[in-house]
Amino acid sequence: MRLRLLIVPALLATVTLSAATLPEDRVEAMYHRYDGGGVTVDGPAVFARRHITNTVSAAAEYYVDSISSASIDVVTSASPYSEQRTETHLGLDWLYGDTLMAASFTHSDESDYQSDTYGLSVAQDVFGGMTTISMGYAHGDDTVERVDTDFEDTVDRDNFVLGLTQILTPTLLATADYEAVLEDGYLANPYRSARILGAQVPERYPRTRTSHALAFSGIKSWSKDTALRGRYRYFTDTWDIKAHTFELGISRYLGERWTADVSYRFYTQDGASFYSDDFDGEYNYMSRDKELSDFDSHALGGRLSWSMKNGLPLGLDRANLTLSYDYVRFDYDNFTDIRNGDLYEFSSQVFQLYFTSWY
Amino acid sequence: MKRLCLSFIAVLCFAGCARVEPWVMPYEREALADPIMSTSRDPMLDRHRAHVFDVREGARGATVSQGGGCGCN
Repeated sequence: MRLRLLIVPALLATVTLSAATLPEDRVEAMYHRYDGGGVTVDGPAVFARRHITNTVSAAAEYYVDSISSASIDVVTSASPYSEQRTETHLGLDWLYGDTLMAASFTHSDESDYQSDTYGLSVAQDVFGGMTTISMGYAHGDDTVERVDTDFEDTVDRDNFVLGLTQILTPTLLATADYEAVLEDGYLANPYRSARILGAQVPERYPRTRTSHALAFSGIKSWSKDTALRGRYRYFTDTWDIKAHTFELGISRYLGERWTADVSYRFYTQDGASFYSDDFDGEYNYMSRDKELSDFDSHALGGRLSWSMKNGLPLGLDRANLTLSYDYVRFDYDNFTDIRNGDLYEFSSQVFQLYFTSWY
Repeated sequence: MKRLCLSFIAVLCFAGCARVEPWVMPYEREALADPIMSTSRDPMLDRHRAHVFDVREGARGATVSQGGGCGCN
């Protein structure tokens, strides 16, 4: 976890479903790399899904983050470090009529943060298959530690998800998603410090947080080989963080074998009520986590996929090889780089090499 | 005002009784079933990308869409 790099657990625990059919038998493999702000995170991930019966499908995933960090937080208050996080996910899907039910378990492990998440979800096609309604619940039990002391505390998490997918026209699909997250426990970072008149003191966070996120998206088939997509998300929580996320994208076939995607994402956030770059006195709650400050980010991404359909080995039906790249820029409005007194800003790059095949 | 409210509630109740037919038939959903219309064509890529933003932003949740009707995903 060290300095809030991976305090959001359960990457694989997202409770998402589409109804009426079981997900296809499929394998996925990925190498991912994030590089920016003095932090490098890379590693492999593999996923496999297989029908057990005509109505039951099982899935498993293994994911690795190898972290090397000399971020602004680390270089100004601690020593650079390296560590590894692994995540294991097991899932079972059951199709009953037009209803798809799923159960999952995810375990995430790193030297100072362990997380177990149990999820249940259900999706139902209604209205002649034009509408899919879904809902999900996940509970997480996390343990937070600090590697150089015997500090240990816990976090309980409850996630509630509601989703609606609606066919509007023969070429337009719309979705609405809502997620509430309730957390109770140690939500600060045992390594990070706040500042009071320039002096570093341990951070103090509330022990509860409730957040609400509401997102709307649309996908439009512009022509036989082109699709346009847009998405907006509003976020608010009991820490007074308010955020807006806008995303636009275009997907296009380039001949029979190639598919290209280009996307742009803008994120803007008003920070937490107990965030300050430098407090003028002691308060009940104090944070200098830049993720809780006021900031904007821009991301520009591209994806290129090569499709293979015939003559594949091992009985594979078809496969895609995809290269993905995102350039992300962060600009902070009230987080100072204390090494030079300027407002902090940094750029990062996200690289993914991905193979998927259906069988 | 009270009469107006009652009328509005009555209209809503009767509207609930009216049967609304699906206006996009299954045979009209060819474009929607195309893979490029999928809410997440590469699920592992999209989950990882969402995670990259989750750990660097205060907001979280509602990041991966819930999938589509019509068996087109």
